[in-house]
Amino acid sequence: MAASEPLLRAEGISKDFLGVTALSGVDFDLAAGEIHALVGENGAGKSTLIKILTGAYRRDAGRIVLSGEPISPSDVMEAQSLGIGTVYQEVNLLPNLTVAENLFLGREPKRFGLIDRRAANRRSREILAQYGLSIDVSAQLSAYSVAVRQIVAIARAVDLSGKVLILDEPTASLDAAEVSRLFAILEDLKARGLGIVFITHFFDQVYRIADRVTILRNGHKVATRPLAGLERLELVSMMLGRELKEEESHRAPAGEAGERPVVARFRGVGKRGRIAPFDLDLRAGEVVGVAGLLGSGRTETAELMFGIAQPDEGRVEVDGRPAGFASPRDAIAEGFGFCPEDRKQDGIIDDLSVRENIVLALQARRGWTKPLSRKEQEAIADRYIAALDIRTSDREKPIKFLSGGNQQKVILARWLATDPRLLILDEPTRGIDVGAHAEIIRLIGELRERGMSLLVISSELEEIVAYATRVRILADRRHAGELDAGAISADAIMRAIAAGERHGDGQGRAAEIMQEGAA
Amino acid sequence: MTSSRLFPLATTLLIFVVAYALCIVQYPNMLSTRVLGNLLTDNAFLGIAAVGMTFVILSGGIDLSIGSVIAFTGVFLAVAMGEWGVPPLLAIALLLVLATLFGAVMGAMIHYLAMPPFIVTLAGMFFARGMAFLISIDSVPIKAGLYDTLHGLYFKMPGGGRLTFIGMAMLAVFAVGILVAHFTSFGRNVYAIGGNRQSAELMGVPIARTTIAIYALSSFLAGLAGIAFSLYTSAGYSLAAVGVELDAIAAVVIGGTLLTGGSGFVAGTLLGILIMGLIQTYIVFDGTLSSWWTKIVIGLLLFSFIALQRGLVWLSARRSGAAAMPA
Repeated sequence: MAASEPLLRAEGISKDFLGVTALSGVDFDLAAGEIHALVGENGAGKSTLIKILTGAYRRDAGRIVLSGEPISPSDVMEAQSLGIGTVYQEVNLLPNLTVAENLFLGREPKRFGLIDRRAANRRSREILAQYGLSIDVSAQLSAYSVAVRQIVAIARAVDLSGKVLILDEPTASLDAAEVSRLFAILEDLKARGLGIVFITHFFDQVYRIADRVTILRNGHKVATRPLAGLERLELVSMMLGRELKEEESHRAPAGEAGERPVVARFRGVGKRGRIAPFDLDLRAGEVVGVAGLLGSGRTETAELMFGIAQPDEGRVEVDGRPAGFASPRDAIAEGFGFCPEDRKQDGIIDDLSVRENIVLALQARRGWTKPLSRKEQEAIADRYIAALDIRTSDREKPIKFLSGGNQQKVILARWLATDPRLLILDEPTRGIDVGAHAEIIRLIGELRERGMSLLVISSELEEIVAYATRVRILADRRHAGELDAGAISADAIMRAIAAGERHGDGQGRAAEIMQEGAA
Repeated sequence: MTSSRLFPLATTLLIFVVAYALCIVQYPNMLSTRVLGNLLTDNAFLGIAAVGMTFVILSGGIDLSIGSVIAFTGVFLAVAMGEWGVPPLLAIALLLVLATLFGAVMGAMIHYLAMPPFIVTLAGMFFARGMAFLISIDSVPIKAGLYDTLHGLYFKMPGGGRLTFIGMAMLAVFAVGILVAHFTSFGRNVYAIGGNRQSAELMGVPIARTTIAIYALSSFLAGLAGIAFSLYTSAGYSLAAVGVELDAIAAVVIGGTLLTGGSGFVAGTLLGILIMGLIQTYIVFDGTLSSWWTKIVIGLLLFSFIALQRGLVWLSARRSGAAAMPA
């Protein structure tokens, strides 16, 4: 690999933003037919490096050589025409156009000066056939799943550029089967001689697909290593720059939760077509983990509990008193908090500052007639910025400029500021880096020790094992079982989910929901 | 999903056919080429302007200046040809250049200053109207040989209806508009920007050039609409065409174009124009109804179309949610 001239070589790349160093003297190289993972905590400089390679940013210093030729792409289009194509984190295609229009936007085949749709459709079918995708290319992109859109985005990038493909967290919103399919495509492109740069937070995926890995930290390159023979622990410690303590040390103590008071009691709460009726008691000082496959009813459960959706049966008690939530406002009034799964869509308010985002729920709970003074707001914001180690240069910075992990902490801070008794977290660690990940897990443990009642939904089993005092198993849109503290292990959760899924024997809930859907 | 994209257009077509059929049942005389010819002639200027508005709305924007541009056009032509003695063709060419530049400047402000189109074109609306007053505050009659010639240009349809020059001009503008929207790169770029500006940019759509072109096109067509209007009224008046931009927006929305941008058809706007014209024609035939009923019916139609569009968005969101489930 090192003997021949690499496909892409970057040397001494540096970039400052208003005096803040984002990258400093970073070297990077990529061989043809290689998948090269790029990892690092949020703010390590991954995105900056990618944006310099793809022409979205201009570098302040350094050299980029592609196939032996020095290049200086000044915009994304130029990088594309040189052979560097990118697929961004949120799939950046246009759902309102057809699949073929998306593939050929900006380079439509013409006949007599007008767009030749037939030719575009025919060539789109040919291109997608290479990816084993046989779909109606004249249908709007919005008709297809995220996974299909991702493949279309990759097909467009490869077709446009053809030498280097850069994938920025392509698996963030895919399920396991879709990830496998994506990886098969990447292997295929690799065999065709493309160089692929792959950014991800998932270590499993790094080991599964990548040949080499480059680790960035605080704008510097730590190392580039072949993955064969690289220990996970070593990789993590290179990323974090410190030895990682075993997360197991935060294991919740078993047994004692039984005597603690019940904060909220749900009896036979359900909603047709969303989630089958379930019973659930949430006690102070416990963390109930919720595990299940995508679409098993995890988010639906949380939405019923927080008043986002209204149950059509069952009853709710808070502190032994009957309660009903017509809206999240009612739930907030009872001291509930909810951090949604899709923080970009449902959580953060982009243009508001970190301070404003933090005080939002507290202000809403107090009501608009009792505004928090600016001083109080600042005090609260500062307290949580310090307590949760939210990395921002300024509490007045719009939250959209923060990294994913820090945004997540701001949302946590928003609810912690209301001093909730019960906090629901839906995928609190999705799309955030390993360091922030460990901190959020630690934080969950701390909140539990302080006597808060938590319900945490996660698809990462190891994570649930680390903080849950018991685990609710969801399968097939019903609560299929529960594991007590003593029985919790990733293996046990997996087996319980598998057992629950098998239970749906065609006569069960799944068939019922399908009928409802058809009606 | 193609079906859901066509659904608003199909609904508009259905409404038009049903409404026309109901009109004919009540007033059989409405089924004549005379009515059809008048429908086209009376709404020619509005139709031409609405084509421009369709592009603007498809891109996710709005253009509030077109009514003022139409009024300015009339006054400018009347005074230029009358008082200043500019030859008619030269005056028209000059006007179209001015209007196009005016739109291009608004587009440039929207893009480079990152200002909402609503504000920029609102300013444009006041500005163009004010300029019209500056030229003349009177209703100035237009007397030009060219106008007489164009008035004399029409097809006699079987049944006695006249397809006038401005009626034909509107149909031609629609034909070209359809071609541009659906079969040129510019058209694709308009839809792309309306779909998601940021994605379009990352996919290499020239945002600045396209945005400027969209508003230049809209003002150019407003100028053209102004010429049609001056042919229709044979005069230029600063107070003319007040609120035409709102009629144009109504026609575009009734034609099935989403106000959020990115989805719709130029052909739908023609149907929108025809529906609005039909309501007016019905009121004329009835004779006893106040002409305000036109506004009331258009208002109700708009309400129902906005509701329909919301419903479609909701449905498609639900469907894509359901589509993600088996994965």
